[in-house]
Amino acid sequence: MANSDMADKDVLIDIFTRADLIMQSDIKFRQMIGAGQLQIVYYPVRGQEVVSSAMMAAVNKEDYLVTIYRGLHDQLAKGIPSKDLWAEFAGKMAGTCKGKGGPMHITHPETGVMVTTGIVGSGIPIANGLGLASQLDKDGKVTVCCFGDGATNIGAFHEGLNMAQIWKLPVIFLCQNNLYSEHTPMAFATSSDSIKQRGEGLGMRSVQVNGNDASAMYAAAKEAVEYARAGHGPTLIEAMTFRFHGHLLGDTSHYIPKEEMEQAKKDDPMPILRQQLLDLQISEADIAAIEAKNAAIIEEASQFALDTPYPPGDEYRIDVLDVEIAA
Amino acid sequence: MSEKPKEIMFAQACNMAMAKAMEDDPKVILMGEDIADEQGGGVFKVTLGLSEKFGTDRVRSTPISEQAIVGAAVGSAMVGYKPVAEIMLMNFITVAMDQIVNHAAKLRFMSGGQTTVPLTIRTTTGAGTGLGGQHSDMLEAWLAHVPGLKVVAASNPADAYGLLYSSIMDPNPVIFIENTPGYFVKGPAPAPDHTVPLGKASVPREGTDITLIGYGSSISRCHAAAEKLAEGGISCEIVDLRTIAPFDEETVLKSVAKTKAAVVVHEAVRNFGVGAEISSRIHEELFSELKAPVGRVGSGYAPVPFSPAIEKAWLFSQDDIEREVHKILG
Repeated sequence: MANSDMADKDVLIDIFTRADLIMQSDIKFRQMIGAGQLQIVYYPVRGQEVVSSAMMAAVNKEDYLVTIYRGLHDQLAKGIPSKDLWAEFAGKMAGTCKGKGGPMHITHPETGVMVTTGIVGSGIPIANGLGLASQLDKDGKVTVCCFGDGATNIGAFHEGLNMAQIWKLPVIFLCQNNLYSEHTPMAFATSSDSIKQRGEGLGMRSVQVNGNDASAMYAAAKEAVEYARAGHGPTLIEAMTFRFHGHLLGDTSHYIPKEEMEQAKKDDPMPILRQQLLDLQISEADIAAIEAKNAAIIEEASQFALDTPYPPGDEYRIDVLDVEIAA
Repeated sequence: MSEKPKEIMFAQACNMAMAKAMEDDPKVILMGEDIADEQGGGVFKVTLGLSEKFGTDRVRSTPISEQAIVGAAVGSAMVGYKPVAEIMLMNFITVAMDQIVNHAAKLRFMSGGQTTVPLTIRTTTGAGTGLGGQHSDMLEAWLAHVPGLKVVAASNPADAYGLLYSSIMDPNPVIFIENTPGYFVKGPAPAPDHTVPLGKASVPREGTDITLIGYGSSISRCHAAAEKLAEGGISCEIVDLRTIAPFDEETVLKSVAKTKAAVVVHEAVRNFGVGAEISSRIHEELFSELKAPVGRVGSGYAPVPFSPAIEKAWLFSQDDIEREVHKILG
């Protein structure tokens, strides 16, 4: 890629800072779960760091995010503080949701993270509602709705995109196409050659981009954000990426051909982005400082997740309705 | 000089409640299939005139997309709106169950109280219209079984007005069930500021021998049965739940503690219905005081049939209520 197409230096540093935090968090989660320190369901995000980091670098804190159970990268990129997030992943009272959501149901309105859902594709209709509120309030916010390629095979995707398009809602549908829905390759379960085609079929502005290329992803994200803020309506971004680990931790990815995995790892977006920073004359020492700072954040957050207490059992009586329910 | 109160139809009462809520709170918005005036003001005309008055930004006709309708209601409710989503017929709620059960009902809890979902889903259903198996089911027991949802069914126009207004203003997700054949039933018109709190049953008829507990379409048949039974010297008290979930246990138990006998009556299929829960609660609290086990009247264990002859046989009737009362009182 020619330098002229490269995103601004500061933007790339920003994207790298977010992406490195995600990568290190993912590694740490897998280590701790493997060592038996944490017993939680975990959906690895290694390989998809750049997609969400570039997307979230293009929006504001006040903008909304709806994501899915494989959402650690989206949540960190959007800015949820690591300590709060780690504590919630561990089911602790100090977590974002008092331990009542857990890894698959993260909410943190302070940073715009409104819904994380464990049901594939179901966040799409809800994102429309957030977008509708912004449209009626004229508050200029956009909603980013993240999902994978598998989600485009459920009805809610088609209903949701159709409604967003007819109502011109300020929603960005970010399909992080990692080519596998759980254990099933895209070609096996998806009738179209691309997700972009599906958006086009619904009359929506749709783009396909190499999501692992920070500059290209950022450019696509920024364009979609501007389009939405200008009142033109939604965009479907099909961001091509890859997942280096199984659907959930413990899955060995036996269904992914070895050559495909090897090639994907050669194209690992993280060393590429790091090299791009070096090419832009950002010093090794400056990059190492970012990495060290992230490591310290994660060290503190992971220790906090272990040390901080669980919620009391009768917490289940609170937040069912607006009043405490009877025991 | 006393003036007889003006009468209105159930459907009008719902329309008036929505108009009042929209006047009172600019954050109340409506969405559903064909609900704006250009599309006819709703298939049963319940929203007629509202888009003309409040505009199509606030009264939005939608595509036939139940998941998208409820999802848009959930999302907008989370950030300050009080959406009223119309799901044209209750059977179509099945299409949107993910949005209702996994999202509307649970987001407050799963977010640790950070987000709330103050939406209302209005829907209509009911047998006796010859619409057959996919347009007439009473599915309230499904919804009442989900923690986090309120389920409401009014039995007369004034309650419909007061309960729908309360549902729209309630900070929780509420399913408001209307009865299709009951849309044209008339009753006294409520005062404009009339409200009915959620979670509170009413006792529209007092009695001493047995309590008939019902809601929605069953109440008129309970009244008819009570009149008939009174001729034979049996005094029935009627409890109209009004809110099915959470139900007003206090009023139910107070009444049954007095009469020492009860029948739960609903149009829904009897098996695994709301009646089973209420009956069980009464037994748990009042077992030793009861004259006989609590009775249940519901419709047959079959899909709602089309042919009027079979539909009539399937649907619970006034006769069924009377028979059950006689059985209990010996």
